[in-house]
Amino acid sequence: MKQTYSIFTLVRNALSYHKDWQEAWRSPAPKPEYDVIVIGGGGHGLATAYYLAKEHGITNVAVLEKGWIGGGNTGRNTTIVRSNYLWDESAHLYEHSLKLFEGLTQDLNYNVMFSQRGLMNLAHTQHDMQALRRRVYAIQLNGIDSEILTPEQIKEMVPILDCSTSARYPIMGASLQRRGGVARHDAVAWGFARKADERGVDIIQNCEVTGFKIENGVVKGVETTRGFIGAKKVGIVVAGHSGVLAGMAGFRLPVESHPLQALVSEPIKPILNTVVMSPQVHVYVSQSDKGELVLGAGIDAYTSYAQVGSPFIIENQLNALTDLFPCFGRLRMLRQWGGIVDTCPDASPIIGKTPVENLFLNCGWGTGGFKATPGSGNVFAHTIARGEPHPLAVPFALERFSTGYLIDEHGAAGVAH
Amino acid sequence: MLLISCPYCGPRDEHEFAYGHEGHIARPTLEQQQTMTDAEWADYLFMRKNPKGVHFERWVHARGCRQWFNVARHTVTHEIIKVYKMGEPAPQLEQK
Ligand SMILES: Cc1cc2nc3c(=O)[nH]c(=O)nc-3n(C[C@H](O)[C@H](O)[C@H](O)COP(=O)(O)OP(=O)(O)OC[C@H]3O[C@@H](n4cnc5c(N)ncnc54)[C@H](O)[C@@H]3O)c2cc1C
Ligand SMILES: [Zn+2]
Repeated sequence: MKQTYSIFTLVRNALSYHKDWQEAWRSPAPKPEYDVIVIGGGGHGLATAYYLAKEHGITNVAVLEKGWIGGGNTGRNTTIVRSNYLWDESAHLYEHSLKLFEGLTQDLNYNVMFSQRGLMNLAHTQHDMQALRRRVYAIQLNGIDSEILTPEQIKEMVPILDCSTSARYPIMGASLQRRGGVARHDAVAWGFARKADERGVDIIQNCEVTGFKIENGVVKGVETTRGFIGAKKVGIVVAGHSGVLAGMAGFRLPVESHPLQALVSEPIKPILNTVVMSPQVHVYVSQSDKGELVLGAGIDAYTSYAQVGSPFIIENQLNALTDLFPCFGRLRMLRQWGGIVDTCPDASPIIGKTPVENLFLNCGWGTGGFKATPGSGNVFAHTIARGEPHPLAVPFALERFSTGYLIDEHGAAGVAH
Repeated sequence: MLLISCPYCGPRDEHEFAYGHEGHIARPTLEQQQTMTDAEWADYLFMRKNPKGVHFERWVHARGCRQWFNVARHTVTHEIIKVYKMGEPAPQLEQK
């Protein structure tokens, strides 16, 4: 039984100088065979394993991670969580995830520091305002919280924004999702890992999948850097490397991998207590609990697996930031990094079956899948366990690229992540 | 930032170019189009190799001579291995 985290265990462990904490998860050697192998120990893979064990009673599960868990995009993103998507299919999927986020700290007994500080999308032109109204009304029709703010209301919430008509990018209004916000990315991965482990899931790090064993179109297991591991079912949840894994299994995907960068400033006193996005100026920024500004940049145009982006993208990003917030002009940036995001032509994920039987796929979250971590794992676990897609996942099947049923979310995911 | 050698203008900064994604994807002929299935259309329109390694891709010198051309580029090192003109076949390269 796992030790629970609480004020009492904290005090008790303080007495022994924190030397006796139980390990959060084991590091077992791989078994010869599992009921389910999840490839990729990012948030989505770990959540999948957790919900397989919790909701479907499938505990003979391994998560295989080539590096360390959470070391991919899960640990590299700007942690924005929201569900203000335009189309019904996406709205329901992301809202499912947001709802799970709202109870996640309790469910995992792990503080994921989910802070619903609200999330604001600025409109700078008449056209922005029209698009924004359409989006807000569509979101409201789906029963999801969303409202329109006037420049006066914006000024009250974010006094450092220039809401005058003489601003470089005049602010005409904004949409606000009050339930949106940010969460601690590492904690999401670690919390899922710890609880999945508690239910018997083997989390195996430093174990790269290098091939599949496929017989008569049915997957039988995976080749790894730690030898062959058999499996009745396999789920691929590797974000930027989805195309590589699909290639090993003999099919192609409508996915391209691009670098996406983010950066943080030196810590400053509290100045921004919500998340501000401007699709037009290309800014999304929040302030971490440590006081750093966290801001994301855009993707590089070309495909890449290098986990570094071009410096000029960062320069553009800082230009945009200071256009919108001149007061940040003299802030120094502390760190900058990149992740490899798996972008889809319609900016929506792919969840479901593959051309290989018992091989399932969850990818294409691109620049915006952190918010979806619990929801994605939840519907993907159902899809693997039942062999049929979860109702919320049905529209996101790979087949949509043949049927033409694309779910174009570039408006919700193009700049905003 | 890449330094790309336009086959017509010589080496120029990446800023002058726009990316054209995977190259050598042949548009189905009118005849093929008559009998193509939806899956075949999806394959042509959306499915990509997206390799980790050498990628044969198109670029256009958008802020220069405006010509399209092909580039063989490594997607991990970003090394530009070869630049060649539109219509030329992908070069045979030693595996990197
Ligand atoms: C800079 C940046 C900012 C972002 N900002 C936001 C944001 O604000 N909000 C938001 O919602 N989303 C954001 N995202 C997107 C979000 O980070 C991702 O969509 C999400 O984290 C993907 O989670 P994942 O678990 O699928 O992938 P990852 O966390 O990338 O996990 C995949 C794992 O698979 C492993 N793997 C790969 N190949 C193999 C193999 N062969 N064998 C074994 N393991 C393998 C990798 O090592 C990796 O750990 C951002 C992304 C980036 C890069
Ligand atoms: Zn040229």
